[in-house]
Amino acid sequence: MIKVKFKVNTEEREIVTEPTKTLLEILRDDLGLRGTKEGCGKGECGACTVIMDGKPVVSCLVLACQLAGCQITTIEGLSRDGKLDPVQEAFIEEGAVQCGFCTPGMILSAKALLMGNQNPTDEEIKEAISGNLCRCTGYIKIIKAIQKAAKAQRAALAPNTSGGTRKNRDQ
Amino acid sequence: MSVIGKSEIRKDVRLKVTGKAVYIDDLSFPEMLWVKVVRSPLPHGLIKRFNPSSALAVQGIVSVLTYKDIPGTNVVPIVLMDQPLLAEKVVRYIGEPIALIAGEDRQAIEEGAREIDIEFEKLPPILDPLMAMKEDSPKIYGKDNIFSHHRIRRGNIRQGFEECDLVVENRYTTSYQEHAYIETQGVIAVPYEGRMKIYGSLQCPFYVQHAVSSVLGLPYSQIEVIQTTTGGAFGGKEDVPSLVASQAALVAFHTKRPAKLIYTREEDVESMSKRHPAVIDYKSGVTKEGYLKAVQVKYVLNAGAYSTLSPIVLWRGTVHAVGPYKCPNVKVDSYAVATNTVPCGAFRGFGMPQITFAIESQMDELANRLHIDPIEFRLRNILRKGDRTVTGHLIKESMELEKTLKKASQIGWKREREISNGYKKRGMGIACNYYGVGLGAGGRHLAKAGAWVSVLSDGSVNFAVGTTEMGQGMETVLSQILANELGVKYERVSMVPTATTQVPDSGPTVASRATVMSGNALIKAARPIKKSIMEVASKMLKSPISKVKLADGYATSGTKRIGLDEVIDKCFQQRKIMSSQGWYKAPYTSWNKATGQGKPYFVYSTGTNLAEVEVNTLTGEVTVKRIIAVHDVGKVINPQTAAGQVEGGVLQGIGYALFEDMAPAGGKILNTNFSTYILPTAKDAPEIVSNFIEDPYPQGPFGAKGLGEQPIIGVAPAVINAIFDATGVRIRDLPATPEKIIAELNSHHPTFIPLGRR
Ligand code: FES
Ligand code: FES
Repeated sequence: MIKVKFKVNTEEREIVTEPTKTLLEILRDDLGLRGTKEGCGKGECGACTVIMDGKPVVSCLVLACQLAGCQITTIEGLSRDGKLDPVQEAFIEEGAVQCGFCTPGMILSAKALLMGNQNPTDEEIKEAISGNLCRCTGYIKIIKAIQKAAKAQRAALAPNTSGGTRKNRDQ
Repeated sequence: MSVIGKSEIRKDVRLKVTGKAVYIDDLSFPEMLWVKVVRSPLPHGLIKRFNPSSALAVQGIVSVLTYKDIPGTNVVPIVLMDQPLLAEKVVRYIGEPIALIAGEDRQAIEEGAREIDIEFEKLPPILDPLMAMKEDSPKIYGKDNIFSHHRIRRGNIRQGFEECDLVVENRYTTSYQEHAYIETQGVIAVPYEGRMKIYGSLQCPFYVQHAVSSVLGLPYSQIEVIQTTTGGAFGGKEDVPSLVASQAALVAFHTKRPAKLIYTREEDVESMSKRHPAVIDYKSGVTKEGYLKAVQVKYVLNAGAYSTLSPIVLWRGTVHAVGPYKCPNVKVDSYAVATNTVPCGAFRGFGMPQITFAIESQMDELANRLHIDPIEFRLRNILRKGDRTVTGHLIKESMELEKTLKKASQIGWKREREISNGYKKRGMGIACNYYGVGLGAGGRHLAKAGAWVSVLSDGSVNFAVGTTEMGQGMETVLSQILANELGVKYERVSMVPTATTQVPDSGPTVASRATVMSGNALIKAARPIKKSIMEVASKMLKSPISKVKLADGYATSGTKRIGLDEVIDKCFQQRKIMSSQGWYKAPYTSWNKATGQGKPYFVYSTGTNLAEVEVNTLTGEVTVKRIIAVHDVGKVINPQTAAGQVEGGVLQGIGYALFEDMAPAGGKILNTNFSTYILPTAKDAPEIVSNFIEDPYPQGPFGAKGLGEQPIIGVAPAVINAIFDATGVRIRDLPATPEKIIAELNSHHPTFIPLGRR
């Protein structure tokens, strides 16, 4: 058993656990954060994606012993006080969700991309979510939603220069 | 403004984007046990010894159950009643359930499963359906290993071929396709005051109710099935959850504790149903003017060890075996054959993607050999209103295939195609299809649906139906239908989770039937309520009932209007009927089993897919550049969810055409996870242009027919025809992997020059 301290969304957490327990199990079973989904348990589907220190990771492959001092963002932490993240808003508006099982992981991969790239091309988006399998949507509306979120994010970051934001390279 | 035809925001979307939707694995109950299934490692064998004692000694193991512990019948009921819940003496496929282990946590059941002591005696397996059909083959089902045989006889087949100027005959084969819903199978069974409650990821709550009842030996009334948010299904959660639920229920029954059973991905892929591999011998003949004269088909499905839904999958494939074309002389024989492999079952398209691949490849080849443009060739043969299908069904209404074909070609069929130089070649291909909506004559007794509507005194509305939301958007579309019927705002309408206690048995949620069946049932349920509202509104507006209109949250008459909330409040004060049931029975269908003639379905949806591909002739890799998908679905209720259905189906179709493959060795599926079973990723998504032809179907809710399954059906043949157009290589064995394409490119047998290259 080991004791690890790390931050999940806005809360500091300290847990005592087996060192080989996965982050996915810790989130779902120990912390009750069930928005993170398991589709394969082997790092192949992306359903369990969370953001760890700014990077998207498949939580089923991250072990407890790697967590000390880390900042983890899960789907529960993406909306603040009932206000949704622009990525979530865009997924709603574009209808980028069907069964929804891939959705939390997909949204976090998209979020991680947009944290580092404010103006991604369609190719960059496809690359960023290529580890997130979705069997329902054919990805078309997901890609559109991420473009829309990027645009919203750019507009929010440059509130006084409406019309002055960089032009989307794909349009 | 009407809510019909509007892209209303999906009802379930907010919960899903915030991670708050509750899927089965997110639920738990106090005292809950975990369940694991012990499975056969052999494709065929005898169980010689089963000893659970060392498993029972593992700490945390509570119970080990076998077929001997089944209080009811050891059968998973569906069509032929041949599948045991737990194997008794014989195992017939790798992954067949033998025993159930229940324990306090996941670790305990894993450990317990390792300790189970079973000894088998190997029996020789039959793995190939054509071998299984041979007279001298060992028998694993009945006298001939055939679960089901269907046929069509029309005209005179021999004479038909004699009158043809050109006859083309080929064999087509297809591989398994895995559903790959991202949420695996899962159920929790909760014993509750002598009853059994089943929560689960499932498509067909009434199937589950009947199965659990039969296994536990309890009346239907004591089994309550509640669907949880379902993470994809595509047919894979049609009959299979009956098995999963019965397993969990058996544990709950004996231990008197809630029992949770969630399949791992590997066990799900190894043991759950898939799209049937098929062998299709297809012979078609035409006159030199390009009219189809005779078609003869032998359609064989590898059904696996148990029949499950194979007889009906086969039936649908048989009915549509000539495609949406006229043909006077037809002979179709189809067989679902038993082998020692995993039982196959329902998968979006239900026996049609396989046969449509053959049909549309043949059509393409015929057109090419006759030097007729493939669109023109199809226009000479397609079904229009007033024509008869090959089953003799006179099509009187709602058949707009021609419009889909013309629209698709107008959007993207260019005779002067960009011909890429060098080793990358571009090509275009086309495929048409039709699809009988609903269960048709093959499932007539189930072709019914119930609905319940309750308008509450604050003006909000609840409804329940017996069909399920599994991602396809049913909840949204039905909410729109009900909102439109009652004139309330869409936001005011919500669906309660589907459960067997809400409405009478409404049949399964399959065959693209939910919109038509539940939609019509809802409209009927709303009628008495609407009458109450109209009567009260008429008095309040001082206007005759005939002048009152309900729309968008208001009752109006000429220039006068009043908010519906106010009217509804008044209805309650006057104790009017504000809650009601509706019941809808599908229109008449018929089928003559000997001749394959009749009216198998009450209506057909139709569609045309056009594919544009680029083939790398050095590597054999195919990139799909663009798919144009035009579908005739009567009336589109929600354009956004409709397009979503098309886009998802198209990508599943591309996977089916190009890379989704399973090559079992000795009956064992080797690629049981997503690193070896390759699914399309975002990088495989081409440009998709979806378009709808709207010709309202008079019996459909606001003119709608079904859509869900159509989008996948024509994609693979369109892609295959495009590969031919690009390279002159015709792939007759799905999927068209780079290896197969390269082998064909390098082979020297005579091939044909694609029309576009002449
Ligand atoms: S569950 Fe982690 S990648 Fe599939
Ligand atoms: S929405 Fe179902 S898997 Fe993506």
